[in-house]
Amino acid sequence: MSEYMLELRDIHKVFNRGTINEKTALCGLNLNLNAGDFVTIIGGNGAGKSTMLNAIAGVWPVDGGQIVIGGNDVTKLPEHKRAVFLGRVFQDPMTGTAATMSIEENLALASRRGKHKTLRWGVTKQEKELYRQKLSELDLGLEDRLSSKVGLLSGGQRQAITLLMAAFQNPDLLLLDEHTAALDPKTAAKVLEISDKIVEKNKLTALMVTHNMKDAITHGNRLIMMHEGHVIYDVSGEEKKALHVSDLLKRFEEASGGHFANDRMMLAN
Amino acid sequence: MLLTATIKFGSLLNALPGSVAQGLIWGILAIGVYMTFRLLDFADLTVDGSFATGAAVAVMLIRAGVSPWIAIVVAFAVGGLCGMVTGLLHTTLGIPGILASILTQISLYSINLTIMGKANQPVVAQEGKYLLASLGYVNNKDAFVKTLFFVGLIVGLIVLISVTYWFFGTEIGQAIRATGCNENMSRAQGINVNFMKVVTLMISNAFFGLSGALYAQYQGAADVQMGRGAIVIGLAAVIIGEVLFGSFCAKQKMAFWYTLVSVVIGSILYFIVYATVIWLRLPSELMKMFSAIIVAIFLAIPYLKAKYTKAPPVKAAAAPVPEKAQEEAKKE
Ligand SMILES: Nc1ncnc2c1ncn2[C@@H]1O[C@H](COP(=O)(O)OP(=O)(O)OP(=O)(O)O)[C@@H](O)[C@H]1O
Ligand SMILES: [Mg+2]
Repeated sequence: MSEYMLELRDIHKVFNRGTINEKTALCGLNLNLNAGDFVTIIGGNGAGKSTMLNAIAGVWPVDGGQIVIGGNDVTKLPEHKRAVFLGRVFQDPMTGTAATMSIEENLALASRRGKHKTLRWGVTKQEKELYRQKLSELDLGLEDRLSSKVGLLSGGQRQAITLLMAAFQNPDLLLLDEHTAALDPKTAAKVLEISDKIVEKNKLTALMVTHNMKDAITHGNRLIMMHEGHVIYDVSGEEKKALHVSDLLKRFEEASGGHFANDRMMLAN
Repeated sequence: MLLTATIKFGSLLNALPGSVAQGLIWGILAIGVYMTFRLLDFADLTVDGSFATGAAVAVMLIRAGVSPWIAIVVAFAVGGLCGMVTGLLHTTLGIPGILASILTQISLYSINLTIMGKANQPVVAQEGKYLLASLGYVNNKDAFVKTLFFVGLIVGLIVLISVTYWFFGTEIGQAIRATGCNENMSRAQGINVNFMKVVTLMISNAFFGLSGALYAQYQGAADVQMGRGAIVIGLAAVIIGEVLFGSFCAKQKMAFWYTLVSVVIGSILYFIVYATVIWLRLPSELMKMFSAIIVAIFLAIPYLKAKYTKAPPVKAAAAPVPEKAQEEAKKE
């Protein structure tokens, strides 16, 4: 038994191997997370941040290495079987919820994540009460709209619901991939605040990809920087709190040999 | 002049009960089409084959002296197997959905011929038994037989609709609807989307088989060609139901139940239109083309609407990996 909540051991992933589009996305990636770690991830475009999260989630099998979540080796498990360990929120607010289904049905799906599906009724009365209460904690007025179709909601509301769904069963690991990037600044701040609250309240272990270096510094207890498919910088605790954006930029410059002129990482400041 | 018109109109009226009966029987098929096409978002062309398979199986069993009740149960089950083949071709072998269903459909043509031994097999009630459906019941002089037939069909449909309504409200049904709506989200929520697809295809094709089994009895024969274009008729029924009753259904508490009823009514209306076309002495060979055109128009409407009204503002900024690429990577 490992004491880590997440262990990535020497992960490799190559896309389109043997074609002209061959791309090594992950290359000797190692990462260990302690329980309760809230890690922000930064790195340039194509550094492999999303690929790392997708590898953990099992969107496709990795080419090499081992993935252990909460002591369970999940390397060979298909995506839907890993879901029981994970909560995920995506960049596109459309991805995390089922638009044609109601808020309560979406939450019901999350509350049954990883459980055997039966012929019992999909949403019970007692659950609705629980959902109402959880929604009211979001403070978005969604608690009175349990039976509204999610497709009618705004992007921010949908991300908030996706967050709620992701955290519903206290997953071993919460994966947030630029989940505020598609939102306007005000909504993004609100969703980020909700994320913080949810992580803290449920003492979740979380990985959050962001292009905003300030957010990366102010949120979470640990920060990693990725480059060319692996971690090049890993900082936590007091050292992380003391970081400045300029420190990160310098690190990044060193790693990438100064070629970051067009990178979103710059623009995000 | 007036008299002949009245007589002629009378002949249309005479055809109506038959149209209603046909519409009810095909309504079962339309419900199945609704499941795959609307709930699972899967264009399943297996139906053209499995409808006839249900017919062939039922007719051969009845001819062999088996009770028509057992015959339709077997046709239901065999229809389910047809759907399973399409589902497995798609999910375990990675064949695109439409193509998988066409492959099943084509092989079912041969299988149906093998089951029947020839292209057409008549069926009549065996000694001491009665068929479950028959044009003879519709035109029966005995009002009791006629009423019993229609009441039986309607009650049967209400039961089917209610069971369908219940099923899609259960945990499994909910997972199926999620799969049809957003596969990425479904996987992230731990849903085995492949399993859900296979289950839905099995259920819908079981409905197709049942529908075929009843329709063969109704017309007194099974024919290898009888499923031709069934998908278009099913879609037409779904669309007619949605267009005419969609907003009414949406307001109801049990909206999905009403939607399924409206699909069956859509099917009945389709066959009434069909009877009218024949009554007007329009060439009935054109009916399939008319249906196809109508289906094409109504399928295009939502697309065109979306294209020419402003797109909703919430859309992801720079999506790093196009969805297509991700799908392809998954198939590696
Ligand atoms: N499914 C895929 N198929 C092919 N190539 C892919 C796929 N997913 C990622 N890649 C490639 O792998 C590399 C890493 O991509 P990834 O999405 O992980 O970057 P990222 O760090 O998340 O970047 P961004 O900041 O732009 O989101 C890129 O070159 C990308 O094009
Ligand atoms: Mg990314």
